[in-house]
Amino acid sequence: MARAVKIYTTPTCPYCKMAKKFLDDNGIKYQEFNIVEDKAAREEMKNKCDSLAVPTICFDGEVLVGFDEGQLREKLGL
Amino acid sequence: MYELIIIGGGPAGMTAAVYAARKKLSTLLISYDIGGQVLGTAGIENYMGYQFIEGLELMKKFEEQVKQFPLDMKTGERVSSLSQTNGGFEARTDKGESYQARAAIIAAGKRPRQLNVPGEEKLKGRGVTYCAICDGPLFAGENVAVIGGGNSALEAAEDMIKIADHVYLVSLTPLTGDQILIDKVKAANNLAMFLEHEVLEIKGESRVKGIKIRDLKSKQERELDVGGIFIEIGLIPNSEPFKGIASLNSFGEIEVGCANETGVPGLFAAGDVTNVPEKQIVVAAGEGAKAALKAHRYLQRLSE
Repeated sequence: MARAVKIYTTPTCPYCKMAKKFLDDNGIKYQEFNIVEDKAAREEMKNKCDSLAVPTICFDGEVLVGFDEGQLREKLGL
Repeated sequence: MYELIIIGGGPAGMTAAVYAARKKLSTLLISYDIGGQVLGTAGIENYMGYQFIEGLELMKKFEEQVKQFPLDMKTGERVSSLSQTNGGFEARTDKGESYQARAAIIAAGKRPRQLNVPGEEKLKGRGVTYCAICDGPLFAGENVAVIGGGNSALEAAEDMIKIADHVYLVSLTPLTGDQILIDKVKAANNLAMFLEHEVLEIKGESRVKGIKIRDLKSKQERELDVGGIFIEIGLIPNSEPFKGIASLNSFGEIEVGCANETGVPGLFAAGDVTNVPEKQIVVAAGEGAKAALKAHRYLQRLSE
């Protein structure tokens, strides 16, 4: 099932890299926003996803903050 | 039933796994994540063989090495208890699973310490953070507080001086970090220090709005308006599930002898979760190797 997965990251965040690796390894396509460079994305993350931490992963109305493999598997149905 | 269960997937646990697998022990490694605390380390310059390597990269290499061997790995599960059974040990996990083995190595590591003040839990990820290198850029132009007086807190403060409008450094003790960092932080003109102050409360509903602190000496309370709070007050061992089976010191670390023995036959512990001096990647890896070799010897004797 194709979903629009968005991941908000900072370049220095190791958990963001882990989350991306997990998505890559599981063949999940995603759109990445570097919130250091992209101020609009930063505001979107803060306001739409109501999150102040990275990685924030949004899809289908779900917002997952931080990299939690178990939770991500469950929500993505892996 | 396995011969060996290894609890934890950081440098100690993964090194133990390689040593156990090379001794052909049937081994299960259970860990919530692979890499442990090293995953949150930006750069490493003191792990031999690499002049510089990122934490994530080093742990990927550890993992690849572990996966060269035929052993079972369960990730995404936390061990919630470990008990002695007739033939050895039983580990239960938060997923309701249970696993048995004749011997066990606890290498569960440490995690960031929390303040345990009102508001902290509710506002996690909403302004309260334990990873300054991750979330620092989100607070550009805002006022922030850094809690702690050691090197991690000083490094977070140093980063935030450049990004935030104003930084408050709040520490229960006088600053304990390296002088070079203290000097850098003190030289900043957008940083104010509140030393020997305790944090009473983190304020805010859906976002952090401020922090309430109290001077330990004068008992004077004050509130600081901040949008972000970086908590860097050290680490605590992940030893709670093992309270009943191993003895812990006053820091909550599992007490082991110089051969990683816990005093319970067949139960060993290694790395940051133990009382071994110096919490370093290279030390943890070495301790994991020692524990696995000792466990192997124990199992050999058992089958003689």
